[in-house]
Amino acid sequence: MSITVTLIIQGLAFLAVAWLVMRFGWPSIIGAIEERQKKIADGLAAADKGLKDLSEATQRADAIVREARDRAKQIEDQAARRSNESIEAAKQSAQTEGARIVAAARDEAATETGRAREALRKEFGSMVVVGASRLLEREVDAKTHAQLLDKLAEEIARG
Amino acid sequence: MAAEGEAGGMTGYIKHHLQHLTAPVGDGSFMVLNLDSIFFKVLLAVVFLVVFLRASRHATSGVPGKLQCAVEMMIEGIDGIVKETFPAKTRFIAPLALTIFALVFLMNFMDMIPVDLLPAAAHAAGVPYLRVVPTADLSTTFGMAICVFILIQYYAIKHKGVVKFVGEMFTAPFHAHGAVGTIVLAPANLLLRIIEELVRPLSLSLRLFGNMYAGELIFILIACMTLGGSFASGMTWAMAPMQFIAGFIWTAFHILVITLQAFIFMMLTVVYLSMAVQEH
Repeated sequence: MSITVTLIIQGLAFLAVAWLVMRFGWPSIIGAIEERQKKIADGLAAADKGLKDLSEATQRADAIVREARDRAKQIEDQAARRSNESIEAAKQSAQTEGARIVAAARDEAATETGRAREALRKEFGSMVVVGASRLLEREVDAKTHAQLLDKLAEEIARG
Repeated sequence: MAAEGEAGGMTGYIKHHLQHLTAPVGDGSFMVLNLDSIFFKVLLAVVFLVVFLRASRHATSGVPGKLQCAVEMMIEGIDGIVKETFPAKTRFIAPLALTIFALVFLMNFMDMIPVDLLPAAAHAAGVPYLRVVPTADLSTTFGMAICVFILIQYYAIKHKGVVKFVGEMFTAPFHAHGAVGTIVLAPANLLLRIIEELVRPLSLSLRLFGNMYAGELIFILIACMTLGGSFASGMTWAMAPMQFIAGFIWTAFHILVITLQAFIFMMLTVVYLSMAVQEH
């Protein structure tokens, strides 16, 4: 149990192992660890950037959708206004046309009435002449009394 | 239990267990090689190197394998300890610390192997003596502690320069102002410095050796419970369960001890080295 020359061999073996570990083992493992840490850090940074990009893109998309919706609303409003206008115009022209037709019909009716009244008057005149001649029991000379008759007919017509 | 051919009963059994397999290389009791300590230390060093270098050769920065994970865990832990303890930049201290921890742990772990298994097997193969725990051999722990001692001096000189290194021997820890005071205090400083430097390897080696030697001795004593018992004897049947329980408890406890001792040896080495680098 005493200390012997063994200690030299044990010490040298220990140092040799430590040197081998330092020379051949340590650097590659530490290198792998550090490289992996860098990879993870890069990955995390990329993920952060991706998230930021995504939120930006979402905002942009939202803005585009909002704008499109506004445009659509505008166009819809415009279309509604224009259709209202054209309906209004059509109504207007229909009313004018109707009024015109009514006026024309009224004119025609007035002309017709006038004509009918004229014809009636004339017929009445001749009937009066016939009636008078019958009453007088003699032929009324149409030619001689034409002036008189016309005056009479006019009076009748007026009355 | 292994049948002990030699005479002497329990005392003989214990003595036999504490006997190294030796080979004299010169005159005197110092010039003796403890073949078993050397063999097991080299064997464990080779086992450690094979596993470690294999792991490092296949090290990838991608998804690591299980072995690489285990090795990386140790390396990261030790690298962290060294980085926060050792003030200067160094390439050697962290690998040195890993080597100390791994080697001391593996050598201590030989204590976990049933105390009679390997010696009995060696006995059957014609080897008369075998101690399987190299750290229960003062030569091993002292050899490592001396290496640490030399490294402490080397790092101190490397980081401070020879002038400052020698100067500190005479001016620290007692500082004086004036030339007279410095000269008066120089012998005391030198004496304290020498004691301080010598105590370190002594405490390092004796602490580890004492723990492992005591642990081994208790395993031997537990093994003595059924020593020489025969299957016909009722005493053997009574003692066997007790031996099992005692062995179980001590093994479980010893797992803590061997890990702790390996860690202490490593940690103290790092601390001593960093103290050597720092200014007084």
